[in-house]
Amino acid sequence: MSIRLSGVDYVHPNGQTALQGIDLTLNPGEQVAIIGPSGAGKTTLLRLLATSLLPSSGELRLLDLQPARLGSGDLRRLRSRIGLIHQSPPLPPRQRVVTAVLAGRLGQWSLARALVSLCYPLDIPGARQELARLDLGDRLFDRCDQLSGGQQQRVGIARTLYQRPDLLLADEPVSAMDPVLADHTLSLLGEVARERQLPLVASLHAVDLALKHFPRILGLRAGRILFDKSAGEVSEQDLTALYANESLTARQSEPANPAIARPVRCL
Amino acid sequence: MNRPSTHWRERDPAALPRALLTAILLLLLWPGLQLTEFRPQNLFSGDNLNTMGRFLSGFWPPASDAEFLHLLARATLETLAMATAGMALALILAIPAALAATRALSVSTLLSGRAHWLGRLLRYPVRMLLIVLRSIPEIVWALLFVRAVGLGPTAGVLAIAITYSGMLGKVYAEILESVDQAPARALLQSGSSRIAAFFYGLLPNAAQELTSYSLYRWECAVRASVVMGFVGAGGLGQMIDLSIRMFAGGEVVSILLTFLLLVLVADQISLYLRRRLA
Ligand SMILES: Nc1ncnc2c1ncn2[C@@H]1O[C@H](COP(=O)(O)OP(=O)(O)O)[C@@H](O)[C@H]1O
Ligand SMILES: [Mg+2]
Repeated sequence: MSIRLSGVDYVHPNGQTALQGIDLTLNPGEQVAIIGPSGAGKTTLLRLLATSLLPSSGELRLLDLQPARLGSGDLRRLRSRIGLIHQSPPLPPRQRVVTAVLAGRLGQWSLARALVSLCYPLDIPGARQELARLDLGDRLFDRCDQLSGGQQQRVGIARTLYQRPDLLLADEPVSAMDPVLADHTLSLLGEVARERQLPLVASLHAVDLALKHFPRILGLRAGRILFDKSAGEVSEQDLTALYANESLTARQSEPANPAIARPVRCL
Repeated sequence: MNRPSTHWRERDPAALPRALLTAILLLLLWPGLQLTEFRPQNLFSGDNLNTMGRFLSGFWPPASDAEFLHLLARATLETLAMATAGMALALILAIPAALAATRALSVSTLLSGRAHWLGRLLRYPVRMLLIVLRSIPEIVWALLFVRAVGLGPTAGVLAIAITYSGMLGKVYAEILESVDQAPARALLQSGSSRIAAFFYGLLPNAAQELTSYSLYRWECAVRASVVMGFVGAGGLGQMIDLSIRMFAGGEVVSILLTFLLLVLVADQISLYLRRRLA
């Protein structure tokens, strides 16, 4: 089992409950898309899977380990095996693309190697290979702030692929790309995951892309799993229920009652 | 009749605290001026104006005989060396202290959004140390060290090293906290060590600010070493002290022009490096 969540809740430090009673099991090589309205908890769920948050309650197992029970050294080793593609790529604007990609393996490199590579990039062919898959092979020595949003997002993906993780996570990995590029990039992610037998979990806001590229779809709404089905089984009703705007429908169906709106006075 | 109450409810909740803070700051400023007996009109009273005038008229032309210039060059080098050596020593302490004190590299902040109590407990003594180091002005340290190690630049170097390590450590830590944390967090999140996350994630964002602040501090160290010359730490300060006592206005102007030149050069270097790192 690559991922196993049972009864996982997550409450943010400010008291906001972001996830409730999440049960999820993923086998090696399985690919899942998380869809749902914004604020549903997609990012929070991915951060739990990336061990950047720990569950408030419930059990979380990743790659047969329990992050909550690990010491800091073991946790670091586990983290270096998990690759998370961030929605807004966390690249320092003044860093060169090659350095940003090579930084993917900092968890595996010794400090000496990391420092030398900062002065002279030690694995230029490796970085070029990952970038070439994403059509950015010729931008190796440009600075990150010379790239467009979509290109930066692809550099972020190249970094995570270069990391060679055992578990691939992606938070809206194509949100800054045009439809053709987004399609191409998602195919590539699926291909890499199949090639390396990696479990892949990606959140997406475009339902059509999720249905096209992922065999399994997880519908998340208000911190709960609404459905967990194969892509073929997801129905129109499922999607309507997933994206229904509660406050809007509420206002339409029951006109505001003036008797309730008036403040109650206590004497 | 209903409008004002809605209006009241819609007010910016931060407005009152902000207004109070501004009022308090203004109130604090007034006793400050009273306490320091700030009376600019004293400068322009008849007697003082005359004395100043006589002294100033001796200022031209600047002294430029070969022997004096030779001494001036020596003193300038001594001052620069004092400032630079002091800064270098200060950096040896300030860099590790800043890395230890900054919240930017806290792995527990990454996990829960809040620093772990142990991390906070460890950062606190480092912050205290930095406070202690910079709380005593360098001139006081210089006076003490002149007693301990005798007259000469060594006292100045030690004084700068101690005070400046405190200032540099504090400000470095704060600069690291003020730049975008996302890159370093992402690296820590994928298993990188803190030092590696610092070099790959924080430093590229902070390098420009850090360099510019360090050069500004170096400039301050040059000024500080001049001041410490007055208490016997050598360099330009000692020289200007002698020249003022001997009412040698020309020499004083030459030395002042040298100050101007030094600060100009420091400023140019800073500008150049900032442009390189931009
Ligand atoms: N750092 C945070 N502190 C407090 N609440 C948060 C934080 N991050 C997200 N939330 C809340 O948690 C819920 C889920 O957020 P998120 O996982 O970002 O949703 P999504 O990615 O699906 O848009 C939202 O209601 C959001 O307001
Ligand atoms: Mg999100």
